[in-house]
Amino acid sequence: MAKLDPAQAGTYAASLKPARKRGRGRVTPYLFVFPWLFGFLAFTLGPLIFSLVISFFDWPIVGQVKFVGFGNYIEMFTQDSLFWKSFGVTVKFAALFVPLNIVVALGLAMLLNQNVRGSAFFRTAFYLPSVISGVALAMIWGWVYSGEYGILNYFLSLVGIDGPDWLNDTRWSLVAMVIASLWGQGAMMLIFLAGLKGIPKDLYESASIDGAGRLRQFRSITIPMLSPTILFNLITSIIAAFQQLTLALVLTGGGPLKSTYFYAMYMYENAFKYFKMGYSAANAWFMFLIVLSLSFLVFKSSAAWVYYEGEIKSGAKAKSGARRRSA
Amino acid sequence: MRKTVVYALLTFCSLLFIAPLFWALTTAIKDPTELYLFPPKWLPSVWKFGNFAEAWTVQPFNVFLKNTVIVTVLATLGQLVSCAVVAYGFARFEFKGRNFLFLVVLSTMMIPWEVTMIPQYMEFNYLGWINTLKPLIVPAWFGSAYFIFLLRQFILTLPRELDEAATIDGASKMGIFLRIIVPLMGPALILVGVFQMMSCWNDYLGPLIFLNDQSKYTLTLGLAQFKGMFGVDMQSIMAITCLISILPLAVFFFAQRYIIGGIAGTGIKG
Repeated sequence: MAKLDPAQAGTYAASLKPARKRGRGRVTPYLFVFPWLFGFLAFTLGPLIFSLVISFFDWPIVGQVKFVGFGNYIEMFTQDSLFWKSFGVTVKFAALFVPLNIVVALGLAMLLNQNVRGSAFFRTAFYLPSVISGVALAMIWGWVYSGEYGILNYFLSLVGIDGPDWLNDTRWSLVAMVIASLWGQGAMMLIFLAGLKGIPKDLYESASIDGAGRLRQFRSITIPMLSPTILFNLITSIIAAFQQLTLALVLTGGGPLKSTYFYAMYMYENAFKYFKMGYSAANAWFMFLIVLSLSFLVFKSSAAWVYYEGEIKSGAKAKSGARRRSA
Repeated sequence: MRKTVVYALLTFCSLLFIAPLFWALTTAIKDPTELYLFPPKWLPSVWKFGNFAEAWTVQPFNVFLKNTVIVTVLATLGQLVSCAVVAYGFARFEFKGRNFLFLVVLSTMMIPWEVTMIPQYMEFNYLGWINTLKPLIVPAWFGSAYFIFLLRQFILTLPRELDEAATIDGASKMGIFLRIIVPLMGPALILVGVFQMMSCWNDYLGPLIFLNDQSKYTLTLGLAQFKGMFGVDMQSIMAITCLISILPLAVFFFAQRYIIGGIAGTGIKG
């Protein structure tokens, strides 16, 4: 990267102030990195290890600490119906949310990528709800979903549908959570949009010269070229789905009849309502392992469906991609 | 023809995204008598802007605002300083273990907050920081992985010749950082500042876990607290919802270019 010959520059600098330079050179980098290193030990690695340790203890916030081995894990798998209930709710939520999120975000991004005037305005409109707080989002949807006076049921009534009492109906409450979550996912749309803009136009041109229709182009160009972005968004969506908590806390409190009792809420209540710190840590580690293995599976499968440009056209093409990325 | 379809779809979808926000805003300025009607009224017959001031007094929102501002300003400042310093360390030095440490930085992004949340709570409890604003501020002064990554990538694009020239002129590493790198980092720092500011202002789970006393509450906690209160009309709730959304919306409009570019960048790397 440097135009100066490094060896020459080195001796030149060294000739200016040799001793001082050398001695400090070894410590200085660590001084710069130190804030992160300290924070990592104090707020990430330390807690991570500690959380694993206390998951093998009966550890109330006040009172006697007792080693229970795998007791917490055994208890949650075999004796705790709420564990399975909340896990089921989160899996159901993820099964609805993850694919819908990908489809909606990709659909919106493709609409925005149509080269029409005013697309910046529409982009802003789609992204706007992602800017506000999750609590504000929950409050707004609570009001939109109101069974009797809600704007959503008003619109449904216009097309002859008698809308349910969304948040108080066990059949619809989780769907309501999915819709409200989709509303605040503008970031994913922007990521897709950037991916779409990165696909070279000439691919589409030569495809249409070869007589490929729009659907064929979508299937054979857009999807493969976008597959790394899809992979990224897929993993991000899975993680987001398993962490969903704010909506349920603010809107439904997990109800009605635990139909929106997310796993994250179960964990939260074990820790901060019942103060079973060890048990909740065990819950957290279970979730961590599930999310990790899901991400791993998706990542593993990606070899079959993700197409990286660099793999085939190596050399110059890959390099220009790298430069575009860092710019 | 095709263009028309695209426009129709774009307009329809943007209505879906804007309508709930619009509905919240018009609810906020309605008279209570016009709240519970079916079919609903989109616009109030009298625009009662006094609702905002009235809602603000239902709870001590001045206190909540003060707390939120303290946390947001200090945490954002901390994040900017610490991430810039650390990113410079990773971008411009060769040292033993650098690549390994940077890999660790990246992998911490994968750790869900839920796993470290309980020990962090116990740690802050031990330090006597529960029910103070410190747990929401202090960790920000030690950098966050994503921002460090972002800033490091940015510094890597700056020509090294600048550093070398300054070294020859006798500048120290800190001098190079402060006088050469930082002034050139403007756009990247704005991005980090804006992201951090919004996530602090909007944060709910952090304050929920670490704060107990109403005098320490932030705005989002105050808003969420409406849920359990009786006799609060919807227009007050929506008024506060709108008021606390002003800052993120305003920041978004002013920094839209950076935000959209920044988010788009994350995807390409993936």
